[in-house]
Amino acid sequence: MARTALRGRLTWQAAAVVSVTGETASVVTIELDPPHWPGHHAGQHLDVRLTAEDGYTAEREYSIASAPGEPVAITVERLEDGEVSPYLTGELRAGDELELRGPVGGYFVWEPGDGGPLMLLAGGSGVVPLRSILRHRRRTGSDVPARLLYSSRSWQDVIYRDELGQDHDGVQVSYTLTRGHPAGWTGHTGRINQALLERVAWPAEAGPLAYICGPTSFVETAAAALVGLGYPPERVKTERFGGTGGR
Amino acid sequence: MSPVSRGFRHLRRAPDGQESRLPPGQYVTEGFPVLSAGPTPHTPLENWTFSITQGGQAKKSWTWQEFRALPAETITADIHCVTRWSKLGTEWRGVSVDTLLDAAGYDAPYVMAFCDGGYTTNLPLADITGGQAWVAFGYDGGPLEAEHGGPARVLVPHLYFWKSAKWVRGLDLRDADEPGFWETYGYHMYGDPWREQRYAGD
Repeated sequence: MARTALRGRLTWQAAAVVSVTGETASVVTIELDPPHWPGHHAGQHLDVRLTAEDGYTAEREYSIASAPGEPVAITVERLEDGEVSPYLTGELRAGDELELRGPVGGYFVWEPGDGGPLMLLAGGSGVVPLRSILRHRRRTGSDVPARLLYSSRSWQDVIYRDELGQDHDGVQVSYTLTRGHPAGWTGHTGRINQALLERVAWPAEAGPLAYICGPTSFVETAAAALVGLGYPPERVKTERFGGTGGR
Repeated sequence: MSPVSRGFRHLRRAPDGQESRLPPGQYVTEGFPVLSAGPTPHTPLENWTFSITQGGQAKKSWTWQEFRALPAETITADIHCVTRWSKLGTEWRGVSVDTLLDAAGYDAPYVMAFCDGGYTTNLPLADITGGQAWVAFGYDGGPLEAEHGGPARVLVPHLYFWKSAKWVRGLDLRDADEPGFWETYGYHMYGDPWREQRYAGD
């Protein structure tokens, strides 16, 4: 609780865009090289600022997709009615500069010393900060058991599909697809609910630490279900987005 | 001076005539996004109280029935979230913080709002007195929904909206300005949207 993530003033800096890599049809990962990066915790975000010819600026927050110690990267989903995400996913390319400042936020973060077992619940691009946590867990050689339940519209919309794969390194990964599924799909289907979490989530007796990130309706449902399963509310950390059309 | 972002075009504009209502770095949303750090608490109204406290002692406390019997006002206000959405012309029902503080008596320069779920946020007395802040229980003609902070939340619209603490249960009078929940994690101690005080040092 007392972990303060920000030290001193957060200043804007122009980071070189190292690469822009497609993850799905509407999602890219942007690797950045900021000249002064103080390091970050897994789960934090950063601010991005775009400036138009007329001097107009637009700022948005994006979760950091990479683990502490890795090159800084964000993963961005294109929102059709957005202003910034269509630019980042459609226009930005390697060699451009992108203004940013960060890292920001210090509550929705995980360090190996925080323990677990980890119960990670992702809705759509809410998987981004959870991927940073899983990478951090692996890079630090943590043996904290972890489960990830990832809710996605379709299999084609699953971000980091190859990296997350199925179970690996003591991480149990399960998916639920909410709008159709491939032939022969053996994973879960439909929106998350308490019955699904009863089957997939660590029992409360295991003393799990939960991180939930996704759209508001997903987070509300998932957090209430975990509390219903006996998770203490203070062991359920949430991060929400969506509904703003702004990113 | 920010470098121009190659190929970035200015698309999103404030509705006509409302540009001056939008603080720097904000955009208008028609929705009502939800942001909170943990599960939504659901305290039964029969167990709900609102208290003005000082040094751990309650100076005055209201049950839900007593609180709802206090004079209420309709408030129309623009609200500004630090995550950059603003919502213009929102309508609330609430009890003025003046009413609550006057009933309890007070002599302190700061308060810490405290809430179900453990959330806290710090506010100067000068910013929550004089008709600038409410404990709101109604939104848009109906009750305030739990995900938006019901049964009651602080409403202090001239500061970034994290200062308008959800699920509020009381105000603790303080002699010093101590950081609350988000302030501990590096968000600004005061949070004036017109000066873009998002993070410490802004």
